[in-house]
Amino acid sequence: MPNGKEVKKMLQGKKAIIIGERDGVASPAIEACLKTVDATPIYSLTQCYV
Amino acid sequence: MSFPVIAATSYVLCHTPQLVRYGSKPAREIGKEGGDDVAARLDAALRPFEDAVGYPPNQVFIGNTAPGCLRGMERPWWKHPIAAASRFSEWGEIMPELEFLGLLKAADQFNVVQLRADLAEASSAALGEHPLPLDLERERITGISPDECQRLATAPGSLPLFLAGDPVPVGCVLIGHDEDTNLVAHILLENLATKASGALAVRHLIERNGIDPASISYVLNCGEEAVGDRYQRGGGSLSKAIAEQVGLLNASGSDTKAFCCAPVHSLVQAAALVQAKVFESVLVVGGGSLAKLGMKFRSHLDKETPILEDVLAGLAILISADDGRGPQIRLDSIGRHRVGSGSSQQAILQDLVRDPLRRIGWRLTDVDLYATEMHNPEVTEPSGSGDVPDRNYRMIASLAVIDGDIARDQIGAFVEERGVPGFSPTQGHIAAAVPMLGHAIRDLEAGRAQRAFFLAKGSLFLGKMTNMSDGMSFAIERRPSKTTDANNA
Repeated sequence: MPNGKEVKKMLQGKKAIIIGERDGVASPAIEACLKTVDATPIYSLTQCYV
Repeated sequence: MSFPVIAATSYVLCHTPQLVRYGSKPAREIGKEGGDDVAARLDAALRPFEDAVGYPPNQVFIGNTAPGCLRGMERPWWKHPIAAASRFSEWGEIMPELEFLGLLKAADQFNVVQLRADLAEASSAALGEHPLPLDLERERITGISPDECQRLATAPGSLPLFLAGDPVPVGCVLIGHDEDTNLVAHILLENLATKASGALAVRHLIERNGIDPASISYVLNCGEEAVGDRYQRGGGSLSKAIAEQVGLLNASGSDTKAFCCAPVHSLVQAAALVQAKVFESVLVVGGGSLAKLGMKFRSHLDKETPILEDVLAGLAILISADDGRGPQIRLDSIGRHRVGSGSSQQAILQDLVRDPLRRIGWRLTDVDLYATEMHNPEVTEPSGSGDVPDRNYRMIASLAVIDGDIARDQIGAFVEERGVPGFSPTQGHIAAAVPMLGHAIRDLEAGRAQRAFFLAKGSLFLGKMTNMSDGMSFAIERRPSKTTDANNA
């Protein structure tokens, strides 16, 4: 399991396609996390799988 | 302080395997290239009525079996039906398709539903044996000749209706307007299916609880169907149409729209209207969702599971002024997912669970029973959607860990003691906490629980007007017994 620093390095500068889930983690929450490591969300969507 | 009470609840399932083809997902897949093969595979995987009646989650939904019993039943549940299960219960029933087609016809005032004469007669005869007095409905069930039925069923824009064992259409739904995409046969069928199943739930509620229809002043429909035309899609009000259908002559009504959490919004609104003495009693009703029939059918076919999403569900809940007996809706416990709270699960649960409970002085462990999204995992797991209720219960338990109410290693016990396995059909708003209301009231009345808490979520983002979801919650509490009152005095 990568640690925080490794995750940051992995995501930094990357473009991200985000699929969130209503009963899990919604896309705005993932988007907020990615922005803190300078990743760029290019598509963000929450889905409901029920 | 006195609060409005939940005076009665009813739950129905209408087994409609031949309507599965008109669910959103099956209709799209059948409409593609190679759709005939899909239709044939779908048809071969449909369940007979007896299997739907014996299916354990369905028996839990109508109240013949306690939800906790599912834990002790071998999975998959569809392979282990309940022996000698009854289609009827104290709260409602599981209705076969023959009878439901008759109710569909009875719900239609514009002659868009046409039934073949022999089918109409058979449906009316079957409804004549029904324990509810359905004479008014039966009077509206008329039929047409086989030739006319065949002609109309194959007319442009018509949607043929089928019944298992009959190779040709037994009826059809006609187009409602030549140029209005909101009144095509498919949408009219969606709306009439909701109206008919919602009305059936109300019929059960009234008859089985001896409620005077004239005593109901207002109806809130919590279904998600968009009833309207080209100028006001979703205008409503299906509530008043259902009230008329079942003879609530003193009622008016309106629809509450909030995706899947509309039932909880509706219950809060109903309780508030009663508490404010605007109305003496308010009925919350929700009919079934045609669009969600067969929603996960692809994965069910792949996993050689029968099509389990073959029922339209309906529910009705009557909120009345405090009668000194029924469980009260704690209007001081209402939780709401606020715009400013964001979309993280922790923030949502803080709004929906922790804050409302703290407001009334309860800890998370003071609640004996939580009701959340109650979707049947046997429906959702084959498609990879997992066990939705279990996931929600674990998040509530995690909040209890954060609050220091339980230790991390007690999460499993928290879920087992204060949650139940999912049992609701994946019928959108129907599955959102409210299927547990009847069971919770039963537990409260039997003294097995003192407090229950209901939280529901709605997927607002699906309409592409916002990225937000929504949520609403409330607590109900057992009436203190006279002995307890005396001891506390």
